[in-house]
Amino acid sequence: MDCYHCGEECRSETLLFQEKYFCCSGCKTVFEILDSNDLSYYYDLEKSPGISPNLKEGKYDYLENTEILDKLLEFDHGNTQIVSFTIPSIHCSSCIWILENLNKLHKGIKSSQVDFPKKTIRLSFSSEELSLKNLVLLLVRIGYEPNISLDNFEKKENGIDRSLIYKLGVAGFAFGNIMFLSFPEYFEINEFWLEQFKHLFRWLMFSFSLPVVFYSGKDYFISAYKGLRSGILNIDVPIALGISVLFLRSTAEIALDLGTGFFDSLSGLVFFLLLGKFFQQKTYSFLSFERDYKSYFPIAVTRIFTEEGKTREEQIQVYKIEKGDRIIIRNEELIPMDAILIKGKAKIDYSFVTGEAEPVTKISGDKLYAGGRQQGGIIELEALKQVQQSYLTQLWSDEVFSKDKNSVFQNLTNQISKRFTYAVLSIAILSSAFWIFYDASKAWNVFTAVLIIACPCAIALAAPFTLGNILRIFGKNHLYLKDANIIEQTAEIDTVVFDKTGTITTNDRSRIEYEGIELTNEEKQLLSGSLRASNHPLSRSLYNILDKHNISTPESFTEHTGQGLETTYKDLRLKIGSPAFVNQTETIDSGVPNKKKPEKTSVYISANDQYKGCFSFHNSYRDGLAELFRRLSEDRELIILSGDNDGERERLQEIVPEGTRMFFNQKPGNKLQFIKDLQQKGRKVMMVGDGLNDAGALAQSNVGIVISEDINVFSPACDGILGAKRFKDLGKFFDLSGKAIKVIKLSFLLSLFYNLIGLGFAVSGNLMPVVAAILMPLSSISIVVFTTLMTQFISKDLKK
Amino acid sequence: MSIIYMLLAISVVVAIIFFIAFIISVRKGQYDDVYTPSVRMLFDDELVKPDPKENQPVNKVKSN
Repeated sequence: MDCYHCGEECRSETLLFQEKYFCCSGCKTVFEILDSNDLSYYYDLEKSPGISPNLKEGKYDYLENTEILDKLLEFDHGNTQIVSFTIPSIHCSSCIWILENLNKLHKGIKSSQVDFPKKTIRLSFSSEELSLKNLVLLLVRIGYEPNISLDNFEKKENGIDRSLIYKLGVAGFAFGNIMFLSFPEYFEINEFWLEQFKHLFRWLMFSFSLPVVFYSGKDYFISAYKGLRSGILNIDVPIALGISVLFLRSTAEIALDLGTGFFDSLSGLVFFLLLGKFFQQKTYSFLSFERDYKSYFPIAVTRIFTEEGKTREEQIQVYKIEKGDRIIIRNEELIPMDAILIKGKAKIDYSFVTGEAEPVTKISGDKLYAGGRQQGGIIELEALKQVQQSYLTQLWSDEVFSKDKNSVFQNLTNQISKRFTYAVLSIAILSSAFWIFYDASKAWNVFTAVLIIACPCAIALAAPFTLGNILRIFGKNHLYLKDANIIEQTAEIDTVVFDKTGTITTNDRSRIEYEGIELTNEEKQLLSGSLRASNHPLSRSLYNILDKHNISTPESFTEHTGQGLETTYKDLRLKIGSPAFVNQTETIDSGVPNKKKPEKTSVYISANDQYKGCFSFHNSYRDGLAELFRRLSEDRELIILSGDNDGERERLQEIVPEGTRMFFNQKPGNKLQFIKDLQQKGRKVMMVGDGLNDAGALAQSNVGIVISEDINVFSPACDGILGAKRFKDLGKFFDLSGKAIKVIKLSFLLSLFYNLIGLGFAVSGNLMPVVAAILMPLSSISIVVFTTLMTQFISKDLKK
Repeated sequence: MSIIYMLLAISVVVAIIFFIAFIISVRKGQYDDVYTPSVRMLFDDELVKPDPKENQPVNKVKSN
């Protein structure tokens, strides 16, 4: 039975309400809220569109702090407040509909607008009728929890860069008008009136071409200049040369009344080039590839202080915490700075920072590092450092995070353009030298014609269109790359470094082993029945592997949060949970072999206070891992770099091909250094990771790929995000990148062929404007068609 | 035939008007999110649906 609201399978409890089934009271509440406000159209748009709400008490209390409010609100005046949030759970048209009809839920909300690709909402509301805190709580209650992190704190004036659209618009506009104006001359009609008007037509074309050269085309000049200054002949050098020769020769021609000039080809060339750039500029705006710790860290914490002898709590900005301040961290909250534990039972999950899979227990007086997540009750800490100076956050001060990787990488197009430019220049000089002796009047014509026709429009288009296509194909297959250059870099990778936890292992612990005294049938039946009623993730995993046919429903059932379950059936009493809860620590110490590996997650069981045994959970490796490793190891070196201990070394060795190097207990800084060392040996390294602990290594590597179970959840700064389900296809992505490079090379050959035809005209001194006007678009369009067909063909294997 | 001056002027002016319209639309952000409006458009009919059924019980639980 599936939940009417969220579509999840209903498990332990099924709520029936208005003849509809719900998996939990949260989902039912959302339905009630929407239904009572006449918003049930939400459920007609898409089937089970909802998200189960998950509200934690006190989580948003900091939104009462006016300083924080100031930072969050985009606009705040009198009765109108405007705020924008990122809501990761926006996923379908129902979401858009409900979020844009929030004003029906509360009259304090004036209007709301969703940007679906970015997964953001912009709300205009009146803080007199509805405070920001209540607004956020309203969103959380209907299942759309906004993400508010330290990132929101720095108001970014990120004006969207629309200059490419403008440039494209200008070039397209001029191209169309110039074509239109040059039509009469294409047919060389020697008609009286046309002769009369041709000067006007020509000067009009000239004025249309001015913005094309000086505005639309200016990036090519800038880039060519930069390239020349640093001694690189990039592809923009011949392009800039072509554009300027086209413009100067055409202007000279119309000024001296020698002919029409090539204004049509000029604007067409710039238009097509920009089109290529535009096509390549595919961005996944709902993903961010530039995240650092700020996206994860909370914006505020609870500080406690004494005032007039009384202890008081206040919500305060994280940045304002000084050394020595006392703070409170609740269940599931992140520790924002290095601190000392003062009070409370700390069970810290560092998986986020170190890759260690198991939470560690700390006692009062222990040092806690920033980035750990508390699991359990409330703890009190004393801050040791400010946020920016903590151990984890200092990783971001490494220079690797401020470096632009792409500036170092020389792509294929630029490699070719070097030879190409030399070849074109020598042809131009040789042929004009020949004409000087033969017919000196034509020498200048030939020289410029060669430079015009050889302008590498088609070459410059080959890579953008091929890579742009591949980028889209990758995106459809859940590999989202930051930009098209990454594909070229991927094709060159010779070393692949994998993180372990969360990257090659899955997060759900589905491999379970039982150790201890065998359970009787009655015990097994009650165990299944008890686990079925529990919502704890470990109970769920364990329940999934147990026999579900003979189940006895417990007569009494108590769940002790953070400890375990206690259930009875007839005269049998089971305790299921942590060793301390089961109260058999001594027994475990003495007889049970599990003792030597205490880092494993285990569920202990006792029947009528007699210890029975424990179920140990192991991370299971992702599907197709062995096959992927075998495939990749054929021509690349594979390395495993884990922050975890080496408990899994033996099992890993069975899976990975022989000769795979493995390193354990690697701290984030070690990983970064490791990649750097490999690169100094001339390796092209890909890092595949998942957490913040890999952030340094991901930034340092040539290509950093993040594996993500849910791409809407944030991932650290990287070059690409791969959906976990497609992990096994990583090899195919590699192959496809290699093939894409071959397609680009073939397109280069094709465009050279066009260039040779054009050069034939140019060298012989017969280049008519109309020939140039046909040849240039023709070569460009055929390159576009060729690359599109080829990329579709080579990616057949990936789609399936 | 001097009417051609006039015609040319008109054609250029018309082209420039459209070009300016394009620039304005880009500047206003009409091209920033090209997906959501395509979905939003489909809702319009429902938005007008005028019956906020007054005094309707909040929870009409059906027991069975």
